[in-house]
This record gives sequence, C-alpha cells and structure tokens, in this order.
Amino acid sequence: MTLIGPLGFSTPWLLLGLVALPILWFLLRAVPPAPIRRRFPGVALLLGLSDEEVQAERTPWWLLLLRMAALAAAILGFAGPVLNPVTTGPARGPLLIVEDGSWASARDWSRHIARIDRALSEAAAAGRPAALLSLSDPPPVAPSFAPAADLAAGLPGFAPKPWEPAATLPPLPAGDFDTLWLSDGLAREGRADLAAALDARGSLTVWQGGGPVLALGPAKIDEGAVTVPLVTSAPLTLPIEVAAIGPDPAGIERELARETAAPGATELRFELPPELRNRVGRFEIAGLRSAGAVSLTDDATRRRKVALIAGGTAREGLELLSPTYYLDKALAPTADLIEGTLEDVLAAKPDVIVLADLAEIPEADRLADWLEEGGLLLRFAGPRMAAASEEGDMFLPVRLRAGGRSVGGTMSWGEPRGLAPFPEGSPFAGLEVPPDVAINTQVMAEPAPELAERTIATLADGTPLVTRSRFGQGEIVLFHVSANAEWSSLPLSGLFPQMLERLAISARAAAPEAGDLAGTTWVPQKLIDGFGRLSGAEEAAGVPGEELALAVPGPKTPPGLYVAEDRAVALNALARGRVLAPAEWPAGQVIEGDAAPVQMPLKGALLALGLGLLLLDALASLALSGRLRGARAGVALVALAIALGAMPQGARAQETAAAPEATMPELRAIEAASNVVLATIATGDAGVDRVALAGLEGLSATLAARTTVEPSAPMVVDLETDDLALFTFIYWPVTADQPAPSPRAYAKLNRYLRGGGMILFDTRDADLAGMGTATDAGRRLQALAAPLDIPPLAPIPPDHVLTRTFYLLQAFPGRYEGTIWVEDTPDATEAAEGMPFRNLNDGVTPVVIGGNDWAAAWAVDTNGRPMLPVGRGQAGERQRETALRFGVNLIMHVLTGNYKSDQVHVPALLERLGQ
Amino acid sequence: MSVSPETAGAGVAALGLRREAEGAAGALPPLLVAAEQLAATVQMGGHGRRRAGPGEEFWQYRPAHSGDEARLVDWRRSARADQQFVRDREWQLAQSVHLWVDDAASMRFSGAPEGRRARPAKAGRARLLALALGVLMIRAGERVGLTGPLAPPRPGRAQLLMLAQMLSAEEDAPDYGAPDVAGISGHARAVFLSDFFGDLGAIEAALGALADRGVTGVLLQVLDPAEEEFPFDGRTIFESMTGALRHETREAGDLRARYLARLAERRDRLAGIARAAGWQFSTHHTGDPAQGALLWLWAALERGAR
Repeated sequence: MTLIGPLGFSTPWLLLGLVALPILWFLLRAVPPAPIRRRFPGVALLLGLSDEEVQAERTPWWLLLLRMAALAAAILGFAGPVLNPVTTGPARGPLLIVEDGSWASARDWSRHIARIDRALSEAAAAGRPAALLSLSDPPPVAPSFAPAADLAAGLPGFAPKPWEPAATLPPLPAGDFDTLWLSDGLAREGRADLAAALDARGSLTVWQGGGPVLALGPAKIDEGAVTVPLVTSAPLTLPIEVAAIGPDPAGIERELARETAAPGATELRFELPPELRNRVGRFEIAGLRSAGAVSLTDDATRRRKVALIAGGTAREGLELLSPTYYLDKALAPTADLIEGTLEDVLAAKPDVIVLADLAEIPEADRLADWLEEGGLLLRFAGPRMAAASEEGDMFLPVRLRAGGRSVGGTMSWGEPRGLAPFPEGSPFAGLEVPPDVAINTQVMAEPAPELAERTIATLADGTPLVTRSRFGQGEIVLFHVSANAEWSSLPLSGLFPQMLERLAISARAAAPEAGDLAGTTWVPQKLIDGFGRLSGAEEAAGVPGEELALAVPGPKTPPGLYVAEDRAVALNALARGRVLAPAEWPAGQVIEGDAAPVQMPLKGALLALGLGLLLLDALASLALSGRLRGARAGVALVALAIALGAMPQGARAQETAAAPEATMPELRAIEAASNVVLATIATGDAGVDRVALAGLEGLSATLAARTTVEPSAPMVVDLETDDLALFTFIYWPVTADQPAPSPRAYAKLNRYLRGGGMILFDTRDADLAGMGTATDAGRRLQALAAPLDIPPLAPIPPDHVLTRTFYLLQAFPGRYEGTIWVEDTPDATEAAEGMPFRNLNDGVTPVVIGGNDWAAAWAVDTNGRPMLPVGRGQAGERQRETALRFGVNLIMHVLTGNYKSDQVHVPALLERLGQ
Repeated sequence: MSVSPETAGAGVAALGLRREAEGAAGALPPLLVAAEQLAATVQMGGHGRRRAGPGEEFWQYRPAHSGDEARLVDWRRSARADQQFVRDREWQLAQSVHLWVDDAASMRFSGAPEGRRARPAKAGRARLLALALGVLMIRAGERVGLTGPLAPPRPGRAQLLMLAQMLSAEEDAPDYGAPDVAGISGHARAVFLSDFFGDLGAIEAALGALADRGVTGVLLQVLDPAEEEFPFDGRTIFESMTGALRHETREAGDLRARYLARLAERRDRLAGIARAAGWQFSTHHTGDPAQGALLWLWAALERGAR
C-alpha cells in the first residue's frame, strides 16, 4: 500500500490514468452535443435567420469540467483509496503496560482487559518481558518486568479503582522499554509529564476508549426539586437516563424515579414528593457501570419533616415574640415544616416534633409511641414550662426545678451568662461559640447522677443549657431556654441553626465545610467500588471530619457514605469541582482504540460521486440540447432533488411551527361576549360532552325562566383557541382519561381564575373519593388541577354565601348528593350580629369542586324535558329542583359576587337612612 | 344437430344482406361522418337574398306595374284597395361555393401527433372544416364543389360523398401549395383553407384574378399551436415536411422572437391581400375546437352574401 499523507492506495498505478485527463479534455471539446432534427413547416419563415449568440461549436467548459471530474472520481475510486490505513511495525524490548484504572475506565473495562490481554499474548509470543502499572493504585516501588504469560494469569483480578490517579509521577522501571498506555480518556494534571517520561524511554502507544465520559455530581435541593449535576467530558449527543434508587416502603431497594437528560443538558431535575425524596439513596446513570455514574445522597438531599408546635395561641402582630418564629426561620430553608396541633401532626409521622414552651402535652400516649419508634422530640423551655414544671412530665430528659432562673435581668445581680465551649463527645463538639450569645433566663435541672452525661451543652457557669436522653428508639432534647429571644440571644445567633443541624433536625444546604464537620469522626457505612457497586464497609477506619470535608476521593478516603451519629455525608467518586475534559495527547502520538481515526475505505464513496456526476452530466446534456422541456424537466428536477437528499420537508415543518397561534374566530367571540354564556369543556368523551351541554342548556332555561339572567345558548370552550375572558362560568366534567390542556391553556386558565372567572369541577363520582384518589376521575382531577392557581379549599361551610345568593339552600345535589369544596374562608371573622352567618365580604370562590354530576340533573332534551332520571319518584324530582336551584345560586354567585353577604349591613343602612 | 335446407338458405340470404350493408356503410367516409356531426352543431337559418326574386318565400306586396302579367296580381290583397298589387317572392338563388383545401406536405404537420393532448394534423382539421361547411351548404340548397376541375359545384347529398372522397385522397405533394383558380366561375364564392406558408405572391395573384371575376370568399389560415409559439430550444435542425428545406441553429430559443415577428408580418400581409380583394381572413389553431372556426366560416359566408 502506498501512502500519500493520511491516504493510502491499494492499486496506485491506476492513478496514472489521471494523466490521460488532459487528452480527454481536447477530445471532448471537439465533440459538441448532437443537434435534434425537427420537422417543422414554419422553417420557411426561419430561412435566413442567423444565431444571435456567437458561441463556439464546442462543448461548454463547465460540462467538460463535470465530465472530467466524473472520470477523475472513477479513476481515484478504482485506485482503492483508504483514509487512515492501519500500519503495524515490529517491536522489541520489554513492554510496560500503563493502565489509568480509574472509575472512568470502568465503563470499557472489559475492552481494557482484552487489549491488555492481547498485548500480553503478543509479548509472550515475541518473548518480551512485560510489567503492568496501574496509575490509580501505584505500587510503592517500580514494577519489575516479568514473563508476559505470568502477568496474563493475574489479569482477571485486576479491577478499576473508584478514584482517579494522583498527579504525581509513579515509579518507573529502569532501562528502555516500549509502553502501551490504556487511558480512560480524561485530561488530568500530570498526564503530559508522564507521557513525556514514557516517551523518553521508548515508543509510546496510547489506547483510548471512545465516547464522552459521564459522571454525576453531588445531588442538592434546589427550589423543592433535587438537582443532580451531569458532568461530561464532551457535550452529550444522545439522551441518557438517570435513575433515583432507594428503598421502597417495604425496605427493598428499587428504582424510585427516572429522568431523561436531553442532549446538551448539564443537570437533571427530579421533582419528587418529600417522602420519596428522603428515601433516595443514590442516583445512577442507567446502564453505565462506573463509580462516577453513581451519586450517593446524604443529608443535603434529605429534608426532615419537622412539626412545630407552640404553646398557646399566636398573638397576632407580635410575630417576633412568637415561640416558633426563629425556629421557623432557621428550619424553613432546609426542612419541611408542619404546623398544627399535636394530634394532627402525629398523623403525618414527622421526623422531628418541636414543642416550643408547651407544658401540658395532650395525646401523651401517642407521642410516647411515636418516640418509641424513633422520633426526635425537641423541646424548648419558656414561661409556661417554668411555671408548670412539676412531676409527671415524662417527655423531659432531666427533671426540672420549679420556676426558672433569671440571671442578668433588671432585678438580678448576675451578669447574663455566655456559653461554655462544647465538650468532646457532644454532638455540638467543634462548633465555634460566639462570645456575644448571652443567656438571661433558663430553667434549671434537678441535680441527678445522670445529669452530667445527659448534658450536651452548658453555660459558662456549668449549668446545663441543652440536655438529652434516649426514649425507646427515639430521643428527647431539651433546650433550657426559650425558642424566642426573650430568654436569650441564642436564637438570634448563627450558632442556633448550626446546633439544629448538628442535631440532624435541619439538613445541610450545601457541601459540608471543614468547620461543619470539625470535631467529629466519620465512619464509612457504604463504599463504592470502581464499577459503581455499593458494598458494606464494616472494617474501614473512621475519618476525622476536618479531613473528610476537604477529602478528594483516593485510597485513604474511598468514595462512599460516611456516617457520624445521625448525620451522613456522601463522598462521591467524582471529586468536588472536578471538570471533565477529553485527554489531549502530543501531536504525532500513536493512538489506538475508538479515539483513533478509523480506517476508512473511500472507494465506494468516490465511485458513487463519479456516478452522480455522470447523472448530472446526462441532465446537463439534455438541457443543453433542448430536450429537457415541460414535464420531463420537472421529473428531472424532482429526481435531482431526491438524489441530493434535499427534501424540503424540514423547512416546511418549521414554517408551520412558526405559524401564528390560533385565535378565536371573531363571530364566536362576538357571540360569547354579547351575553352571559355558560360554557363547558370538551372532555373527549362524546356522551359526557353531550350531557354537559344539555345540562347547561337546562340551567340556562331555568335561569331565563326564574331570574333576570337570560343566558345565550351554552358553548363548548376550546381552551387552546378561545379567549376565556369572555366566559363567566365554565363547567368542567372530569373524566378518567381526559387529556391535559397545554401549558399555554393553563396560563389562560390561571389568568381566567385570577380575573374572576369560576370553574365548576365535577368528578361525577358521587364524591366517593372524598377529594382523594380513590376514583379515576378524582385522580385525574388532581392531575388536571395541579398546575392551576387554586387557593386553599375547604368543604363548604353552612354559612357560605352560595347558600343564599338566590334560593336558601343547605344541600347542593346533582344526580348525587355529596359535599362540595370551595375556597377556604379566613378564620378570624366573627358572626354578624343578629345574622346566622359570619361577616365575610370578600372574594368569589374561583373553583367549586364536587362529584354530584350536576349536568346530568340539569340536562334537558330538545323538548325541554329532563334527559336523565334523578333519584326515585317525587323525592327525585325534589332533588332535581334543588340541583337546579344550586345552579341558579352558583350563577348568581358568579355574577353578583358577595352581594348577598353585604346584606348583613342592611339593618345598619336602614338605620342610617332613617336618620 | 341437423340443419334443414330452408334454414340454411335463410342464413345465406342474411349474410348477403349484411355484406351489402357494410359496403354501403363503407361508402360513407369517416370524414363525412365527422363533418355531419360538426355541421349538426350549427343552427340552420334561411339563406334568402333579402331581395325580391324567384323563390318560395313571401317577400312583399308591390303595386302592379304595366307589364306585370295579370296572373301575378294578388287579388286578395288588391280587393282591399283601389289598385292592384303583385305578390313578390324573395329571390332565393343557389350559390356556387368552391372549396380549396391545401393538400401540401406542410399541412400534414401536427405539433403533438400522439399522447394525451394529441392534435390532428392541419390538413385533417382543414378537410373536416371544409366538408362540414359543405354539408351546411348542401343542406341550405347551395352548390358546392372544389376549385379544381375534378369536382365542379353541384347540389345534392351525392356531391358530399364525392367531396369526401376527393378530400380524403392522399397524394404526394410539394412542401407548400397554391390554389388552382381556373375552374371558379364568376360571382361564385370561394373558401381557401391553408397554412399559407407558401409563396404569398401566388395567393395574391389568385385573389386578384378572382376579384376580377367578382368572386368573393374567405381565407382561413389553419396553424398548429407549435407554429404559433415556436416552443423550441437548443441546438436544432429544422426541416420542412418533405425535407427539401432545412435550417440549422445552435440555439433555437434565440430565434423565437424573430420567427414570431415574421409570422405576424405574414399574417398582416394576408389580411391586407384579403381586404384588397374584399375577402375575409382569419386564423384557426388546431389546438382549438373546430366548431368555432366552422361558425366563423358560416357567418363569414353569410356576411359576404349580403
């Protein structure tokens, strides 16, 4: 094979044919395209006319060039050109095999091993001694050369490490040797030095796998979703899938969620409910066996469910004095807060319950059960606790003396006390104590033998500040000061959230700093091997927190999950802040593997090019001699377009995509705007849609007959095109398989709801679900309504204005009779004087949700007779009447707002008028 | 199965009848059938001369002059007045119409001889028009013949068969033809159908001679659309239908404008010749339906008769 640059030719003598091209040029020039003979009677008129354009009677130059190019392509093609031909040369001397052996090699590990195996067997056949050097696990002394066959026997036990090679130069054997370097394809500090060192000793061949190296960064929580950074050495070209893996409720490890990263993405977002999120143990790139493709999660992605319970009712306007204000501020960014009564929050199974100055504990039995199962109860002292600390409060780590202790107050002699440094063994050990934290008042513990061991923080004078004790599986922690700033400045200081974090109440927001972990010892609980498999780590030694915070994955700190007390820190194989880039080798370096330029025969492509040029030549010749006319020209052009692969469909698709968005037809808009129009939403279920429209017709007729509202014929709203502002009321029957509206439609719906529109959601399931997920329609309703801006809802209170906007009603039946849900009313409203209802003046509920299938009760056929039966006999007709009355009340509510609520002022107005 | 002699005899008789019928049908050339069909689309009207003369139709009453025979007096009309009236009849005179269909080789051209939008040759269209006109004329009682000596004008349907046969005859002919006007009698009508690509001098001379004899008529130029549009490009050798004339060009498209100018000039000259002789001139394309041309021919003859 002859080489010309990167091109090799298998039969180079054929290239001599190129010499003949100039001869061909003259030959072709001499032969013009043949004329057409035409019979034409009008030739009598042509006689004597001469050609205007003086053109040599020869083939035009561009046609010549086309033919020459076709011929040249054919000649080159038959000469058998090959791009980047593989050439091999003989080798001698010892062979050193250098293997990066990092997690990035793990993906192609079998190919690495196969390549090493081949090199070893070749060396064995040539009688060359060989040595194997793993850069991730460098031996303390230079490896010595051994017979290649011996090394091959040890290959199956050779595995990649879950970290990357260090930048330092490994010890190299003495003497000259050839090197085969199996690279993981990542740029790395020290790589160029090693390459130079190896090159100095003999020839260096690099083998490198193809494709970008993928890795996952540490997961963190961002705006309620878990984000996992995706680090790649080259931009992604194919979508990849990342799975979130963790135990299911039964404790069996399985995939909890899966997201797809589009090409070019640098981050994945997992929108997970908190329960699921807290269970996620690791994220994995699906189908990629590498430690880098595994991202272990730790406290940073776990958010505890914390219940805040304060003694007494909140004093409005005195927020800063509220017992839970500072707790709320400290915990809200990193924990999911639940508020309510103890009874309510126990049902939600929180991780932590915070009782701020609560002396009398209701539901003590259930709280005890919850503690026994491993709950963490955090208590804060306060005036109430100080006043009530008697025998019998079992939820205290230490017995308290009655009455508080005041130091440094206006009526006391002492100075406010500061904090003593935290003792070793305390969970707070290592935290900086700010000098400006001062304690004015505290509750005092009764001296007891176990007091010292239960104290985890003390004041400068040795009195306990924080005590704790076990309670079954759980734990009780007591802060001897109040949670607000009345007793101490502790809640104002930065120490407060740090202490909460140490107690594993709040989660860490970001990567741990050295200070966060100082003073603690971390024991690896799970370790990752090079292939990304997790294994237990019982025998591993503990790591000091200061080191762990700064640690880069390596032999001393292997990647894994490190645990200290209740806290966990993940050390991932991908070092923090590591940016992946493809390895760059010196110019001229011999590179094998996927990254090497592939040997590519060009014969077929050249011959195809020649053929294509000949086709063009045929078309051009036809065009020149006037034979390409009319339909034949069209056919030829189409054929050419297909041959060039220039199908214009892509462009057309883009045009349609850029087409202006559909708008409402003007006539329809005028019709909707000219009068009150009830509207329904097409569900796609023909039967439901028919009944819904008939129901609105029936309601319209009833309204026209009984009230001054005389609606036009109801319409079916198209959420995508119609302007919703023109409709006052939309009836939305929910079916189980209804398609969700587009994001644009949701934006319109939200604008509609904010602008005073009303949607009546009807699951038509007799409210069996109780607004839960028990029925398909209920589940569908939740999915459909999730993107809508809906205020908090509540079952309709008996004094809601819907009960009296036109008729006085107490039930809101359709074909079924169940409760309905409307916007929750604020609590702090007192009953109007002399009226059976509260003084509520603002707002029309934007949504009414129920499952009573109202449209079926309202529906009339074309003769105005009821379409569907309701109930049984007279009682059923009574129910239909009530359903219609509900419809009237609802429309009145939409149209008049809370006008009826304002009737409470009528007596006052009359009185004023009288004066 | 046995066949009785009576039945066999009847079969032979039927066979003979059928043979005769086929022969009779064969005598009616397809051209004539097509011409009859075409002629049927033209509504017949009276062919009176719009003046008093020998004829069937009433024209007017006029006062009797001296010299009018007494039997000519219309007594019924005269009884209502003091003087005698004579009943004039409209002069209905059979016209002689001479048809000339150019049988030159150039007329055999068709721009699209086959395919979905095939067009007939110019000669075919010209023959059809001529014979259809002949059918109309015969139906109106005129005498129709060809310009040559072979078929002088005669009335009656038998003449149609004669015309059809004469027109259908294919002969070798030169590229371009000229009318033979020797056989045309004075004050007759003439219809010339040709592409007029030949020497215009011959046409001019013929029309001049005919005008001297008081013959009026119609020139209809029958052209193929290809001749009207010249849709050619590229290197081309144009040949006349016999191959006697040829013209080679390297770029036919460049000649288009000049060809069309020459065609227009020739048409102008033809129109001028026709006007000078009191004839009428028009152009018909074989791409268009024949009916329009027939109507124009019919109306043009009507106009010329006035």
